[in-house]
Amino acid sequence: MSTGDLVQFGVNVLSLGSLYALMALGLVIVYGILRLVNFAYGELLMVAGYTLYLLGGGPLPWLVMAVLAVLAAVATSVATELVAFRPIRAKSLTAMLITSFAVSTLLQNAALLFISPRARLVPMPEVFSESVSVAGSLVPVRNLLAIGVSVAMLGLFTLLLKRTVLGIALRAAASRFRMTRMLGVPANLVISVAFAISGLLAGVVSLFWLGRIGSVTPTIGLEPLLVAFIATVIGGMRSLTGAVVGGYLLAVVDGGLNLLLPAYLLEFRDAFTFGLVILILLARPEGLVRGPASGLRAG
Amino acid sequence: MGTGTVLRLEDLHVGYGQVTAVRGLDLTVEEGELVALVGANGAGKTSTLLATAGVLTPTRGRILFRGQDITRLPPERVVALGIATVPETRDVFPDLTVRENLRLGGYVRRRDRAGCARDLEALCALFPVLGDRLDQAAGFLSGGEQQQLAIARALMSRPQLLMLDEPSLGLAPALVDRVFDLVAGLRREGRTLLLVEQNVRQTLEIADRAYVLELGRIKASGTPAELAARIDLASAYLGAGRAATPGATAR
Repeated sequence: MSTGDLVQFGVNVLSLGSLYALMALGLVIVYGILRLVNFAYGELLMVAGYTLYLLGGGPLPWLVMAVLAVLAAVATSVATELVAFRPIRAKSLTAMLITSFAVSTLLQNAALLFISPRARLVPMPEVFSESVSVAGSLVPVRNLLAIGVSVAMLGLFTLLLKRTVLGIALRAAASRFRMTRMLGVPANLVISVAFAISGLLAGVVSLFWLGRIGSVTPTIGLEPLLVAFIATVIGGMRSLTGAVVGGYLLAVVDGGLNLLLPAYLLEFRDAFTFGLVILILLARPEGLVRGPASGLRAG
Repeated sequence: MGTGTVLRLEDLHVGYGQVTAVRGLDLTVEEGELVALVGANGAGKTSTLLATAGVLTPTRGRILFRGQDITRLPPERVVALGIATVPETRDVFPDLTVRENLRLGGYVRRRDRAGCARDLEALCALFPVLGDRLDQAAGFLSGGEQQQLAIARALMSRPQLLMLDEPSLGLAPALVDRVFDLVAGLRREGRTLLLVEQNVRQTLEIADRAYVLELGRIKASGTPAELAARIDLASAYLGAGRAATPGATAR
């Protein structure tokens, strides 16, 4: 492998891994508090995508459209919790799980009905299709941006969780939800903030995810949801660090298989990935990073 | 020391599903008093405390805090009004540092940053083990240290009423004495406390008044001297149907 290949491989894995890590984090922040795998999570990317599509061709500069798209994902995430999850939160976890499927289907069908089942082009800035030369090999600027933005988001997120009272409350609620409330932290506040962060992460990821594909479809959320889910399972559902580790690891595995598998096996890459996931889970059923001692879920 | 009723429970009923744990309990805590709630396992002590804290919703009766009805308030509102609780399970946040645990204890007065920082320092002086381990994860503390952290965390909210649920539970005998000394110390500082305990003997040594609970009802109440004269405390502690052992202490 030449230096150029190595740089390209590194940038690919890092940019993909950064996106995977953010997606996994968005899933796990809600799971940590509600023990709910939010299956409507992928649709948040879809909502951001269609917001971009609807705003495209308008007078707004791209960056403004991007911010609005991210805000649309945040708003959808918070509204979903408010309308769909909050009324049944105290009842049962199964009910919430099924509700999350329902929300997912509802949002997809809304896109089918009101927009189109066919792919719609989303506006992307020119810089997303440019490349720069790094150590003698061409690297898409988009990938470098993905790495930069993700690392900045992870840094910001860590700061929020470690330094602010609200962040500390979020971490506390993930292990002892009742006690967190008994110290004065409103349950609804913690849960709304978790969903808002989840939406923010999904929105930011969607910009880069769509940047790779260039268009949005009603079912675009499925793959990111799956990726986030696998990454959290590898890394450990109970740990935020685990989600990030799992995200990057999954990208390394995917990238490595792309490189190592012979061409006639490449279309079965996912089978190999899942096989590896099974092996990891056999060795460490809780995932690679163990979370805090289990507490009761929020009710 | 001021005067006035801090907490008043009227005809309190608390149940889980089909089971009624508390059946018609009346109790008052006056300003500056250390009131104890003693009784056997399953007598309804913890349910009474959790209902007051807003965690359990009473099926009947009223809970008044300084005359205000708080019967149906959620826990976050109750603590904001000035009632802090140290639950039986302690519930320190294991993956948060000692400092973060304490900081969260001051959540209801988080805007008063300077005051919180001062209180944190004062509490570290009161609990030197915590001061030495501020940046360690609370999950690494021993049982006794976690109990101290749970009490310190509750004090961070500057409560007008502090409720402690079996603070001596599961501790080594030497530590049990320290916890009772500590609670007595809080009482001397003029704090108002509601203490739930199974360790009847040591509790009555420090309490101003006590209520003896049996199967969800109050069997007796009064000052420790009055109670000692009136009933067989050992049997109240052990509960009905079991032989009384003189001088029994909790676990």
